[in-house]
Amino acid sequence: MQELINRAKELLADGTVARVLGWKAGDLPYNPEPAYFETAEALEDFVYNGFCGANLSKYMIEASKMEGKTMVCLKPCDTYSFMQLIKEHRVDREKAYIAGVGCKGKLDIEKIRARGIRGIESIEGAELTDDAETLKIQTIYGEKSLAYADGMLERCHVCKGKEHVIFDEQIGESKETKDAERFGEVERIESLSPEEKFSYFQSELGKCIRCNACRNVCPACSCRKCVFDSNKFDSSQKANVDSFEEKMFHIIRAFHVAGRCTDCGECSRVCPQGIPLHLFNRKFIKDIDELYGEYQAGADIDSKAPLTDYTFEDAEPSIVGKRG
Amino acid sequence: MPLEKKEFKPKIVAFCCNWCSYAGADLAGSSRLTYPADVKIIRVPCSCRVNPMFILRAFEKGADGVIMCGCHPGDCHYSTGNYYARRRMTLLFSMLDYIGVESGRTRVEWVSAAEGVKFSETMNSFVEKIYSLGENVRLGDLRCKN
Repeated sequence: MQELINRAKELLADGTVARVLGWKAGDLPYNPEPAYFETAEALEDFVYNGFCGANLSKYMIEASKMEGKTMVCLKPCDTYSFMQLIKEHRVDREKAYIAGVGCKGKLDIEKIRARGIRGIESIEGAELTDDAETLKIQTIYGEKSLAYADGMLERCHVCKGKEHVIFDEQIGESKETKDAERFGEVERIESLSPEEKFSYFQSELGKCIRCNACRNVCPACSCRKCVFDSNKFDSSQKANVDSFEEKMFHIIRAFHVAGRCTDCGECSRVCPQGIPLHLFNRKFIKDIDELYGEYQAGADIDSKAPLTDYTFEDAEPSIVGKRG
Repeated sequence: MPLEKKEFKPKIVAFCCNWCSYAGADLAGSSRLTYPADVKIIRVPCSCRVNPMFILRAFEKGADGVIMCGCHPGDCHYSTGNYYARRRMTLLFSMLDYIGVESGRTRVEWVSAAEGVKFSETMNSFVEKIYSLGENVRLGDLRCKN
């Protein structure tokens, strides 16, 4: 972290960048928040640790309109989102100085809480510099410890790899965290009966409060005007009225980013209700991979997105029933 | 008064493209071929006009099955519309299957303006399928049910 701060100070001092986009310490040990830093003094609050899960690439849409360059800290998976945004002409590559920061897996405070660890005062072992094996958590009930991997976000267990696809400079080291099958959960749901599938999604989506956090955080969801904000559309700006609206919102949200979603997992991370929203996006990714060839959004700059492309021999929609 | 169970009459929405399938339906009519009156046809300029929201809304408003008909791949009036529609509908129908709406309730058929017979056969078999699946209770707004 100190290396990153020093580098940021250098770049600010020599005028290469006008501001730094990173994370600032929150009021609790586990809630750093995205922030701009414009002076060396402000950088005193800069943090980068295991809780910095936020994908900063979407902030670059706004930062691309500002005067001067912005140094943006992107984790390996965030660089996919950034590449996708460049491809869609939503960010200006010239306005960004990309610091590819290392990643050893990011932590999910809800997973830690689910282990019965409450009243957290401080957390040790979530720094970028250590080996990220165990967390020592000081709580008001005494010291607890937890294996780092047990507190990790779901997306880190199915990590795309620790290579930055785009960067100006790489800072800090990474550690491989992949230990699960990416489509494992999707396959489990696919094998259920229609009744079971429906009751599973009914119970998950029934928790949705339509806070729109999943939409607002999504780097692929970057339309200036969103269909869900249109006042001609009767489900805008309000809670779901019935179970249909819950499902419609999530199906359409995932459909609008199908083929552009890099599977960064931000939707699930920010959901205040803990709905596994990535399961929708991942279902589309799985189908696209199976039917139209493997495709990773944001992996390169010139490939065509699957839904803007076609071939004469594409699978017929009846394949859905045949696959069983 | 005892509650009587109403006989199941399916509601089926068919999105038909203006250039092929709607003309195919016309031909089925003028050739005096029959298909069930449960099918409600909505004419769209091209199969590519069908927004995923249309399909979901149809289910919301009480449809028990939704079918989309367009020109055969390669024959689109606008050259490529049905290719895009084909990919979209495949993904959408797969998603509907994933959340528990049986894959039999959704179908895509390519019907040309010369295929009145195919139109009538498709609709007959689709309606039969919906009869066997019964009422759609999964995606409907319950207020829209009779």
